[in-house]
Amino acid sequence: MAEQVLTDFIRALRSADVRVSTGEAIDAAEAVKLIGYSDRQRLSDTLRCVLAKSPAEKLAHDRLFDLYFSRQAIPQSAPEEQQSEESEASSDGPGDLLDLLETGDETAIAMAMERAGQEAGLQEIRFSTQVSYYAQQMMKSLGIERLEREMMDAFRERTDDGQARAEELIEGRKDMFGRAREHAKQAFETYGAGATLAFREDVLAETALTALDVRDLNRMQALVQKIAKRLAVKHSRRRRKKNRGQLDVRKTLRANAGFDGVPFDLAWKQTKRDRAKIVAVCDVSGSVARVVRFFLMLLYSLNEVVPDIESYAFSGRLEDVGDTLETEDFAQAMDKIINSIGMSSTDYGQSLSDLRMNHWNVLDRRTTLIILGDGRSNYGDPRLDLFREAAARVKRVIWLTPEGESLWGSGDSELPRYRPHCHTMKQVTTIKDLERILDEALSRYQ
Amino acid sequence: MTKTGYEPLTSIDAITAGLASVGYISTREISTAIYLAHNLRKPILIEGPAGVGKTDLAASMARFLDVPLNRLQCYEGLDEGKALYEWKYGKQLLYTQLLKEKLGEVMDGAGTLDAAFDKLTSFEDLFFSETFLEPRPLLTAMKQDQGSVLLIDEIDKSDEEFEAYLLEVLSDYQVTVPEIGTIRAQVPPLVILTSNNIRELGDALKRRCLHLHIDFPEAEREQAIVRARVPDVSDALLSQMVEFVQGLRDLDIRKRPSISETVDWARTLLLMHATELDEEMVRSTLNVLLKHESDIQAVDKDVRTLARAAASTG
Repeated sequence: MAEQVLTDFIRALRSADVRVSTGEAIDAAEAVKLIGYSDRQRLSDTLRCVLAKSPAEKLAHDRLFDLYFSRQAIPQSAPEEQQSEESEASSDGPGDLLDLLETGDETAIAMAMERAGQEAGLQEIRFSTQVSYYAQQMMKSLGIERLEREMMDAFRERTDDGQARAEELIEGRKDMFGRAREHAKQAFETYGAGATLAFREDVLAETALTALDVRDLNRMQALVQKIAKRLAVKHSRRRRKKNRGQLDVRKTLRANAGFDGVPFDLAWKQTKRDRAKIVAVCDVSGSVARVVRFFLMLLYSLNEVVPDIESYAFSGRLEDVGDTLETEDFAQAMDKIINSIGMSSTDYGQSLSDLRMNHWNVLDRRTTLIILGDGRSNYGDPRLDLFREAAARVKRVIWLTPEGESLWGSGDSELPRYRPHCHTMKQVTTIKDLERILDEALSRYQ
Repeated sequence: MTKTGYEPLTSIDAITAGLASVGYISTREISTAIYLAHNLRKPILIEGPAGVGKTDLAASMARFLDVPLNRLQCYEGLDEGKALYEWKYGKQLLYTQLLKEKLGEVMDGAGTLDAAFDKLTSFEDLFFSETFLEPRPLLTAMKQDQGSVLLIDEIDKSDEEFEAYLLEVLSDYQVTVPEIGTIRAQVPPLVILTSNNIRELGDALKRRCLHLHIDFPEAEREQAIVRARVPDVSDALLSQMVEFVQGLRDLDIRKRPSISETVDWARTLLLMHATELDEEMVRSTLNVLLKHESDIQAVDKDVRTLARAAASTG
C-alpha cells in the first residue's frame, strides 16, 4: 500500500514534466523508509529534495504534493483501517454504496472512493473530458446496480414510505455521483493536467505560425522559452577543443622548464571554437511579419548561447532593431517595429544597399547571416552583386521563407536568383522548423 | 565499524542544533537534505543566488562534525590533474637522476639485454607508487578514514567533460588511477556541490544528487543569521536593517543584496555607532549593499520610503 502511494505520486510528477528516473524513485523509497509518513511536512521536504531538481520542478512538486496527499489517506494509519474495511466489504458483498449511504460515515466513504478509483484505473486519466466516464466507472465498482435495483423496488411498492425511500435513494445517488466526479476531477489535476499541457504544446509546435490564434500567443511564448532552453543546453559546450596528436611545442617547453627541459608533461595544440554570431535580416512586411515575430522571439531567447545577435528589419528601408528588442518589452517592441518599418513597399535591393552602407562591418567570418523574407521585391533591382559580396564575407547564409517551394520564382519573387548564393534556403511554417534551422546553424560552431 | 565523524548526525533536529552551535542558522529543508545525504550516502547539489550561504554550509558542516574540509574550486579548464591526482614528475626525475649511479650495480648481474630489461621492469612499480602521487582534493577526500566534507564549489563553472568525470567519484566514492588501480573511500565523504546556475548542469549529475535550493532567507532567519555573526548589533537596528534589505530585494535591480552583504552592512552600521536607521545613514552606506552604480541610482528614489517603512517596524 505505502509503496503504491509513492509510485502513484511519482507517476503524477512525471505527468507534470518532472523527470524522475528509476534510480531516483528507488532513492525516494529509501528516503521515505527513513523518514516515514507520519510527519507530512517532513515528507514533503524529503520528496522535494530527492525528486525535484530545479526550481520549476520544485514548484510542480509542491502543487502535486498538496493535491495528492490531501485526498490520499495517510498510509501510516491506513493498513489497519484498510484491513477492517476489506473484511467488512467481503462479508457484505458488493453492496458498498447502499451501506455507505446508510451509515453516512465520511471516512468510510472517502476510503471507498479511493478504492473505487483504483479499480477504475483512475491514474490513467489524461483529459478533462474523461472525468464523467471515470466517475461512472467508479460508481459501477461501488455497486450502483444494487442501489438502483433497490430504488426501483421502492418505487414499485407504490406506498408513501416506498416513495420517500426512493426519493432518499435518488438524493443519495446524486450525492455519491457528485463525489465520484469530484474525485475523478482531482485525479485529473494530479495525473492528467500535465499531460494535456504537453499535448497542447505538441500541437502548437506543429501549427503554422501564420495560422496561430491570438489566444495561443501566451502559450507560444512559453513554448519558445522551452525550445530556447533545449537549444541552449545542447549547444553550450566548451569553447576549446583539444587536438590530440599535434604537439604544442612552445607550451610544452614552457611547462617543462622546471624539469630541465625534459618533456614530461606534454601540451597539445587546441583549436578554439568560434563564438556563435547571428545576423538576422528580416522582412517585416505583410505575411512574413508573423513568422518574423516568432523567429526573433526564439533568437532573443537564445542569448545564453549566442552572445552576439544583430537584427535588422526592413521593408522599404533597412533599420537596426537590436536595441529596441533588447531593451523594451518584446511584444510591444515587435508591434512598434512592424508598424513603423513594415508599412512601406518592399524593396530588397534598397535594403541590401542600406546594409552595405551602414552595417557592413557586422558581417565577418564567424557570422551566420539569416535572411527571413519571401523575396518579393516589387520587380525592383534585387542587387545580387551586394548579396554575393555579403555571402562571401560570412560563414554561412541561410534564407528562410514562409512560402512553399512551388511559389519561389512566381510573380515578383526573386528567390531563385538569390538561391545560388545561400548555403540553405528553406521554407519555415512552424516553430519546429525554426528550431531545426537554428539547431543546424549552431552546430556549425562545434 | 570504525569510529567516524558522522556520529552527531542522528536526527534532523540534531543537525539543526549542531549547525546552530557553529553559527550556521539552518532551515528545516537544509537539515533534512543533510540528514538524507548522510543516510542515503548521496551528494547534495545546492543551487541558489550568490551569497546565501551555500559554501558556508559546507564549511559549517566540517566544523560541526570536526572533520577536515576538502574544497575543490571549479573553473573553466579544470582537469583531473588539478582535481584528482598528479604524478610528482619533479620528484620522479630527481630520484632517477640520483639512482643513475646505482644503475650500474643493479645491472651488474644481467648478462644479456633481455635480462637487463627484465630487471629494469621490476623497478617500474617503484616509480608509479603512492610515494610519487600528489593527491588533489578529490583523492584526499577519499582517503580520510574519519570521514570528511568534500565541497565541490561552483560546479557550473567547470566544463562538461569534468562533470562527467565526477560521476564515478559521486556515485561509487572511488577514483581510478590507471597505474595503481582503484582507490575506494573507506568512509565516504559528505559531498556538497554548489552551483550558481551559470550553465544548466547535466541530467546525469542531477540524477545522482539530492537537490537543495537555498533562496534569500525570510526576515526572521536573516535576523538570526546577522545576530549570529554580529552579536553586538541592537535588536531595534537589526530588525530595521533586515526589513530594509528585504524591501530592497523586491526592487528591480541587477544584483540583489545577499546575506553576506547584510552582515557587512550590520558591521558598517555598528562601526558608525548607529542605533536606529535613518535615511541619511542609509544613503551614505548604500554602497555596502549594492555593488553596481546603476543599482544605487535605480533605488535612489525608493530609499526614503523604504527607510521610513523600516524605521517604523523597529
